[in-house]
Amino acid sequence: MAQKRVSLFVTCLVDQFYPEVGEATVRLLRHLGVEVDFPADQTCCGQVALNGGYRSHATAVAKRFVEVFRGSEAIVAPSGSCVATIHAHYGDLLRGYPELAEEVASLQARTYELSQYLVDVLGVENVGARLPSPARVTYHDCCHALRDLGVGAQPRRLLSAVDGAELTEMKDSASCCGFGGTFSVKFADISSAILREKLHNVEATGADVLTAVDSSCLMHMGGALRRQGSRTRPMHIAELLCEGIEGERA
Amino acid sequence: MTDVLSAHFKEQAAEAIGNATIQESLDRLVNFRQGRVDAIAEYGQERWDALSQSAREIKRETLEHLDYYLDELSRNVERAGGHVFFARDAAEANEYVAKVAADNGVKTVTKSKSMVSEEMGIADVLESMGIEPVETDLGEYIIQLAREAPYHIIAPALHKSKEEVSELFERILGTPAESDITALAGVARKVLREKFLEADMGMTGANFGVSETGTIVMVTNEGNGRMCSSLPRVHVATMGMERVIPRLRDVATYLPLLTRSATGQRISSYVSFVTGPRRSDEEDGPQEFHLVILDNGRSRMLADPELREALYCIRCGACLNACPVYGKVGGHAYGWVYPGPIGAVVTPSLVGVPKAKDLPFASTLCGACRDVCPLKIDIPRMLLKLRSDAVEGPAETRVPRRVESLMMRAWRRTVAGPRLFSLAGKVTSAAQWPLSRRGSLRWLPPPLSGWTRTRDFPRAAMRPFRARWRKDEGNRGG
Ligand code: SF4
Repeated sequence: MAQKRVSLFVTCLVDQFYPEVGEATVRLLRHLGVEVDFPADQTCCGQVALNGGYRSHATAVAKRFVEVFRGSEAIVAPSGSCVATIHAHYGDLLRGYPELAEEVASLQARTYELSQYLVDVLGVENVGARLPSPARVTYHDCCHALRDLGVGAQPRRLLSAVDGAELTEMKDSASCCGFGGTFSVKFADISSAILREKLHNVEATGADVLTAVDSSCLMHMGGALRRQGSRTRPMHIAELLCEGIEGERA
Repeated sequence: MTDVLSAHFKEQAAEAIGNATIQESLDRLVNFRQGRVDAIAEYGQERWDALSQSAREIKRETLEHLDYYLDELSRNVERAGGHVFFARDAAEANEYVAKVAADNGVKTVTKSKSMVSEEMGIADVLESMGIEPVETDLGEYIIQLAREAPYHIIAPALHKSKEEVSELFERILGTPAESDITALAGVARKVLREKFLEADMGMTGANFGVSETGTIVMVTNEGNGRMCSSLPRVHVATMGMERVIPRLRDVATYLPLLTRSATGQRISSYVSFVTGPRRSDEEDGPQEFHLVILDNGRSRMLADPELREALYCIRCGACLNACPVYGKVGGHAYGWVYPGPIGAVVTPSLVGVPKAKDLPFASTLCGACRDVCPLKIDIPRMLLKLRSDAVEGPAETRVPRRVESLMMRAWRRTVAGPRLFSLAGKVTSAAQWPLSRRGSLRWLPPPLSGWTRTRDFPRAAMRPFRARWRKDEGNRGG
């Protein structure tokens, strides 16, 4: 098999708030024999601006993204939502640059959410992870990963293969956690009401760990779990899959 | 036109969230959701998707040549002896209906459920003329007595408990308290039966207007549509101009999509086809038939390639049932006739973004609505489009937001390169230090205080990923 190379798009949230998720992603990919680089010029995918209605800003950021990742063989991000922005919206955003159309299409075809890359491209299901002590794990389907990218089966396969993890489905795993970016602040009451129901389903599983493919949803659900003093711990899937594997640090 | 209260979305939403009876009633949406899932499973997913695809195709074709099909519909209604009126807006439509009522010396109007007549606000107009409008769909009747707007496209009185209905009947009709739903329906039936016999004019909506035959099709579960269209002397049907479908056989495409998505039924209890008034050789039916076709902003949506597909909507209500936001705030929060995800698109599109400025933003963009929509309408994408209209659009759609747009401009400069981006991270991290406890923040100042009321916020990392990468590995790419 030819040496696989990927560029990590770490996402702005992981970069600034959850760097350990980025490190885990790198470790995991290297552990599986993939060469990883990190284009240092990267910043954000533009989703923040797009969702806020600032299309022109989002367009500028999208254009920049295309340029930064121009030379990358494949791009992997530990986020379904950011990858979905590229897949579902870069076409619209960059419509005014017909000269980029082909490049955008190729970028979209080369950009993967982490679990998607592991399962669909590498064909790996068992990454060799082993939890330090047995734990019950429940998986939340992040909206954009599930509905824009069709990512649902991949993370579950990966998690099922983790030694010591007992994957337990929650009720309505595909229902939104109420985050929605600035929605969670602008409409805090509604967001919190949706979140309450979600966490009820999470906690009903008795899970030790709540995992997902997006740090943003985990930040949202985890922030409330912490506030409530819940024993359920939020953990990004990259970190969970890194448990017990040998590998160099990022 | 019915008053637009969408500007008060936030207050209205907060009220619903704090109301236990309403939250309990919204929990019942799970029955609609399950009904739909089962009905599609029975139909077969593949067949369903194919049906959905042909329905989209028909709509695309029809809207592409809408002028042609509306003209054909109108000629065929007239050929069958009916009258057609094209109303540019709600006021014109109301004026026409008022005139028909006045010309016919009408005293009582029975109405069957119609979103378009809600949009027009015709009941108030008739009342002001001294004419009694009576809603005959049980749910609509309940909210008419309560003087409220419909709560849900399919279940207008979804938010009312049977105790509330009983109390309402007791207070307004003077009937004894009943705790049984069938008994309550019986009370309404008795009152409505008299009204049916007394009415000089019936008003209905139209789920479809078939252009090749000039037929309007009504889908109901109570048979009241049929009573309204056949008993009184005059029948006035109102429909949005996007309701036209080319052929009678197209009904077979839309009907299963509608009933299975709406209530999980294979078919509704009644499907009525009305072509013109009573013929000379017929004994029953109205002497006059009028079809009012309403624009009221729909042409604008039609002309906008990013909103046009919202006109594919067949008002099944599935997107409301699936929506996490509707599931918490209910129908009245949206402040006009159309609630839920499709309402968040239709309302700003019809009444103007500034009057409904919160609606495009009041969504997590989770996409559940698009998933369940039988016409696969990409509602989240349309909400994004309306958001950009509010923020960057022409003056008539823009909603001023000074501070936010300044922040956004600063953000754009920040993400324009890694240097400022890293710096911004450091500043954030440093600023958060005094507020944080064991890696997270329990309080943040406005506008972020809404977050920290119920959730801890993470502290920005002291060393972001990019710093770690450089230190440990050196930059091999980029
Ligand atoms: S948008 Fe789709 S799901 Fe919502 S009411 Fe219309 S047809 Fe039904």
